Amino acid sequence: MELPRKRRLLLTLLSFLAPLAVWCAVSYVTWLWHPLVHITAQGDVDYFAEDMDVARADFDRELAKTRADGTAPPEGFRVNPVYLPAPHEVARAFYTAFKTPPRMASEPWLHESLGHSIRTIFWGFVLSSLFGVPLGILCGSYRFFSRLQEPFIEFFRYLPAPAFGALCIAILGIDDAPKIAIIVIGTFFQQVLVIGNTVRKVDPALIEAAQTLGASGWQLVRRVIIPASITDIYTDMRILLGWAWTYLIVAEVVGSMSGITYFINQQARYRNFDNVYAAIMMIGIIGFSCDLFLAWLGTGLFPWKRKSRSGSRISFWDRLRPKLIPA
Amino acid sequence: MISSEFDYRKMSPAVAERFARIRQRPVILSVRDLEKRFGSEEGAHTAFQGVSLDIHRREFICVIGPSGCGKSTFIRIVAGLDEASDGVVLLDGKAVTGPGPDRGMVFQGYTLFPWLTVRANVMFGLQMCGKDKLVAESEAREWLDMVGLTKFEHSYPHELSGGMKQRVAIARALANGPRILIMDEPFAALDAQTRCQMQSYLLQIWKKVDVTILFITHDLEEAAYLADRVLVMGTNPGRVVEFIDNPVPRPRSSAQFLSTEYLALKARLDELIHPPVEVGDEDLLPMVKLTSAGDDVE
Repeated sequence: MELPRKRRLLLTLLSFLAPLAVWCAVSYVTWLWHPLVHITAQGDVDYFAEDMDVARADFDRELAKTRADGTAPPEGFRVNPVYLPAPHEVARAFYTAFKTPPRMASEPWLHESLGHSIRTIFWGFVLSSLFGVPLGILCGSYRFFSRLQEPFIEFFRYLPAPAFGALCIAILGIDDAPKIAIIVIGTFFQQVLVIGNTVRKVDPALIEAAQTLGASGWQLVRRVIIPASITDIYTDMRILLGWAWTYLIVAEVVGSMSGITYFINQQARYRNFDNVYAAIMMIGIIGFSCDLFLAWLGTGLFPWKRKSRSGSRISFWDRLRPKLIPA
Repeated sequence: MISSEFDYRKMSPAVAERFARIRQRPVILSVRDLEKRFGSEEGAHTAFQGVSLDIHRREFICVIGPSGCGKSTFIRIVAGLDEASDGVVLLDGKAVTGPGPDRGMVFQGYTLFPWLTVRANVMFGLQMCGKDKLVAESEAREWLDMVGLTKFEHSYPHELSGGMKQRVAIARALANGPRILIMDEPFAALDAQTRCQMQSYLLQIWKKVDVTILFITHDLEEAAYLADRVLVMGTNPGRVVEFIDNPVPRPRSSAQFLSTEYLALKARLDELIHPPVEVGDEDLLPMVKLTSAGDDVE
């Protein structure tokens, strides 16, 4: 059942707020977890040092011991491990990570890393789609192509894309080419099969109706099968783009590490975990907003999929479409 | 069996004369010994066999029969969407080998193209046949005017009611100028009131357009109201039981529903479609008590 609009927005908000609330609780409510003690004063404990994190049990033991001996007790406060920064630290990192220059001149800034990743995924996905979409439509439309292509593709898609890493480097060098190739290998074969299946689901009655109206052969594909399945293909592409992000992380490890994966690894090495979280979330935000944008674009491209055209309210798309597509 | 005053074969001289005139017209569709079998050689199931008939120009033929008599398969073969196992279908003397624009089709389910506006749907066939876009556009407008949907030419199919969708489907099929319009239970999914409207709509359109109609239905009254001749099919195996001349004079109207001709035809169709079934001893069935409200149901 369709929920009212207000309820829907509220639930969407809640789906983000609930995990955030858990994170806040663990970070700010001291007695919930905080398994370590951050030392502020060494006292008379030899192996403690200022700014050192020790396990709570060790701290308590040493504290009891100094009290019993009458020596100076250590001081400190409870903290979480360094790999779990608090929300405000990560929030700050969103800003500072972009502002902080890299430690070495040769290293990229965060925005450069992100740009590199987006470029890689863009070319990988475009190249894959350039061949995958037409081939998928052919396989879905004609049994001949389906029989000719799909058994091999079905086999090939079980070969994990990362397994081709070494080969890709040997053939394409160490720059971005092998990375793009891995995204293509990871996406292309799924793409052909998924789109082939979508195209096969076109209502046969529509094809028959077109045949009785005089359409045949290639006309059927161009004027009926493609428009009938284009909205579902579009949805498939959105899902496939999500998978491509997964392959991106794999691809960026191949050869010389690059892009956002490189940034994350460097920051983890420097133990800047707030930056690591910020970068990971950056991927989520880019992917999610990209999908939202494509969904919005879809309602403009496919007006017949809209529930109903609200009589008086003329949307942005209704004004734009006549300019783009002559009636 | 049939009392003389309720003889469905009795018709007024005017109607008889009309049938004589119809038989003078050229034959549009000729079916000879058509047979359709499904399945393999040994496990073959015969959908129907021995179907032969001639349909004259501008005749309105209704096909009725119980489910399983193969009436849908029969018209799919005429439309060229299925292949016959035996026999031929001749359209204007030429054998039918596949679907084509000379046989328009209106399906029971709504088969308008959802991605095209109403006008573009009607233009589809015209453009497939190589007509110029501007020509197709103006012709499509004329057809939409005929089915009374000019106001909706820029709407998408999902914005129309069921009856309107079928009107667009009829306009789309007729726009191609088919020799014969094949309709497969086109109004079965509509509510009773809309169906009545659509039936009289169809008769009006048929009056204005030079087209022969082959109309499948399972509704006896619909067949009696619309048809010149009613092709009655039977089951096991599917075959033609009778090809009845409808004695009800034209123009048709709901006022005729109590006329002797109409009632006689309906009675005959009813007799053919629903043969009397021996009702077993009801008392053998156990009584299922659902409430304790009492047994006084009659």
